[in-house]
Amino acid sequence: MTALSVEDLSISFRTDRGLLRAVEGLSFSVQPGRTLAIVGESGCGKSATSLAIMGLLAPNAEVAGRMTLAGAPLTPERQRRARGAEMAMIFQEPMTSLNPAFTAGEQVAEALRLHEGLDSAAAMRRAVEMLERVRIPEAARRARQYPHQLSGGMRQRVMIAIALACRPKLLIADEPTTALDVTVQAQILALLDELKRETGTAVILVTHDLGVVMDHAEEVLVMYAGRAVEAAPAAALFARPEHPYTIGLLGAAPRLDARRPRLASIAGTVPDLRAPPPGCRFAPRCPFAIAACGRTPEFAEVAPGHRTACHRAPLDQVLAA
Amino acid sequence: MSASDRQRAEPQEAASTGGVNRPRNTVPILEADDLVKHFPIRNALGRRVGAVRAVDGVSLSVARGETLAIVGESGCGKSTLGRLLLRLIEPDSGALRFEGEDLRALAPAALRARRRAMQLVFQDPFASLDPRMTVEAAIMEPLKLHGLHRGRERARVAELLARVGLRPELARRWPHEFSGGQRQRIAIARALASEPRLVIGDEPVSALDVSVQAQVVNLLKGLIEELGLTFILISHDLGVVRQIADRVAVMYLGRIVEEGPAEAIFRAPRHPYTRALLAAVPGQGGKVQVLEGDVPSPVNPPPGCRFHTRCPHAEPRCRAEAPTLGAGGPGHFAACHLQDALPPAPPLSERAPDARLERLQAFFTRETAA
Repeated sequence: MTALSVEDLSISFRTDRGLLRAVEGLSFSVQPGRTLAIVGESGCGKSATSLAIMGLLAPNAEVAGRMTLAGAPLTPERQRRARGAEMAMIFQEPMTSLNPAFTAGEQVAEALRLHEGLDSAAAMRRAVEMLERVRIPEAARRARQYPHQLSGGMRQRVMIAIALACRPKLLIADEPTTALDVTVQAQILALLDELKRETGTAVILVTHDLGVVMDHAEEVLVMYAGRAVEAAPAAALFARPEHPYTIGLLGAAPRLDARRPRLASIAGTVPDLRAPPPGCRFAPRCPFAIAACGRTPEFAEVAPGHRTACHRAPLDQVLAA
Repeated sequence: MSASDRQRAEPQEAASTGGVNRPRNTVPILEADDLVKHFPIRNALGRRVGAVRAVDGVSLSVARGETLAIVGESGCGKSTLGRLLLRLIEPDSGALRFEGEDLRALAPAALRARRRAMQLVFQDPFASLDPRMTVEAAIMEPLKLHGLHRGRERARVAELLARVGLRPELARRWPHEFSGGQRQRIAIARALASEPRLVIGDEPVSALDVSVQAQVVNLLKGLIEELGLTFILISHDLGVVRQIADRVAVMYLGRIVEEGPAEAIFRAPRHPYTRALLAAVPGQGGKVQVLEGDVPSPVNPPPGCRFHTRCPHAEPRCRAEAPTLGAGGPGHFAACHLQDALPPAPPLSERAPDARLERLQAFFTRETAA
């Protein structure tokens, strides 16, 4: 059964300077034991989407659309019950997500007491087991330590232990390794892959790093300025990217295997979502834009399971011309 | 021969083997010898109870016109080293020469005058610009300070803005009106205002989104080439380093563990740490040998080779005896007892060239302004 399905999700924020449409008409789903990567740059709506699923948006947000978790509608009441149990989230900065006044073990045990009704002793025993499962060495000793006594990588392992303590159907990892060093990032991402295989949890990996997507996701959703611009199985997306934004992003990411005279770079900056450009939001920065791009493109299939929101798709027509 | 002697003899070799052929002066623009900086840790009574050994014996020599990258993970001492190299903080010991002149012997006023030739660009463009100064005032400040372009400061500011890809009309605006990428362009224009010969960039593109990062990387490459700048890039991002650097120094726990021409460091790394760092970069297929554990504390670095606690090849000797930088190729040094005995470095995963993607990406590579 589909772990999470999102249909026609829109999120707006009321701000002093007008209504900000952070996300518009977004649809996707995630299957158990699979990783969906949501990719995009600052302000594309990827984090707002995660928070909307969890029901953690600020009160000035308006959310519309349909979401189901394991087949049942994800209402605000269900979100409240499911949070930390059926669905969990880890964030970029583990130091600000952990409570500095409680030990690592207590914070894992809290989830187990709350959602599984375990008594303190049993919850603490399970907490130590969880810390072992996220490969924290000397888990029993570490369980008695406070967040400031742990390294950044260790803190993110504790966050993962908390998130997975109640065997969630869905785990949202929002830039889980962006604050970590590259060698520690590799450890944490490998751990998430292993745990996903063991538990069958569906994972939404929110990231700006296409390298991470390439190595760790089965499905990809690329977002730009609040809308989906491309969605495909990861292998198909990297073999044959169709949206100009995806192509620019791939060219802008510096690679290790060769020094290039110039990186591909996307001119200009992302639009202000209080006054987005009409039609395709990428058109002002797109080298392929034509008059038709003044109208909003449909998010249509170019190949089975591969969608793109571009009037010029498939782009091979551009090359043939 | 000590490590520092070897490094002093090194720039000529690098010039002959490096990928970029630029005329080079034989006197290095910047030389550091055995720099040490420890930050004391004090208890509640102010007594010294230990020290963070941020930089613990680093020697470097930078040739004129070259781009040297100093890479490493957080806490390796790379930012402290950058500040030491400009004498923004005082080393505990060691020597520092800029264009042959002893920087540590300069009186404060003379040092300030010398700073005109050495500038720094920081990571966070939101923190490095004064929010109460217009762009024009911010860029004009160094001109006034050093008495440059007297009487035509405005015109010079406009030239500098144009050079970093910003419209000169933007000069009267305030920093908050700009995006992160535009702000970093402003910070670069301000650094260039005093016509420096040496620029140090401390993670200059790390805070930027990928597409904007590429714009600024291209801008920096163009400026380095056209102005003949000597550039020291301090970065944790090996992809960015690959695009800019002629030579690379890898730091681990306060020391340089490997140094050499960029091509050699990326193609044939000799130190196990450099290899692990390269293998950990995502986007290479995912099936990498993951380095175990965390970086040990720089307060109490391990004895012997500082990397031995995480090194898959460590032998008893590595736990007892600290390796010095030893030659492993032309201009290429590694501080590893086993560097000649290690298996060859696994090749970087190279994606087969994708003709369709390259043709499509070519549409994006024209000159871009912000």
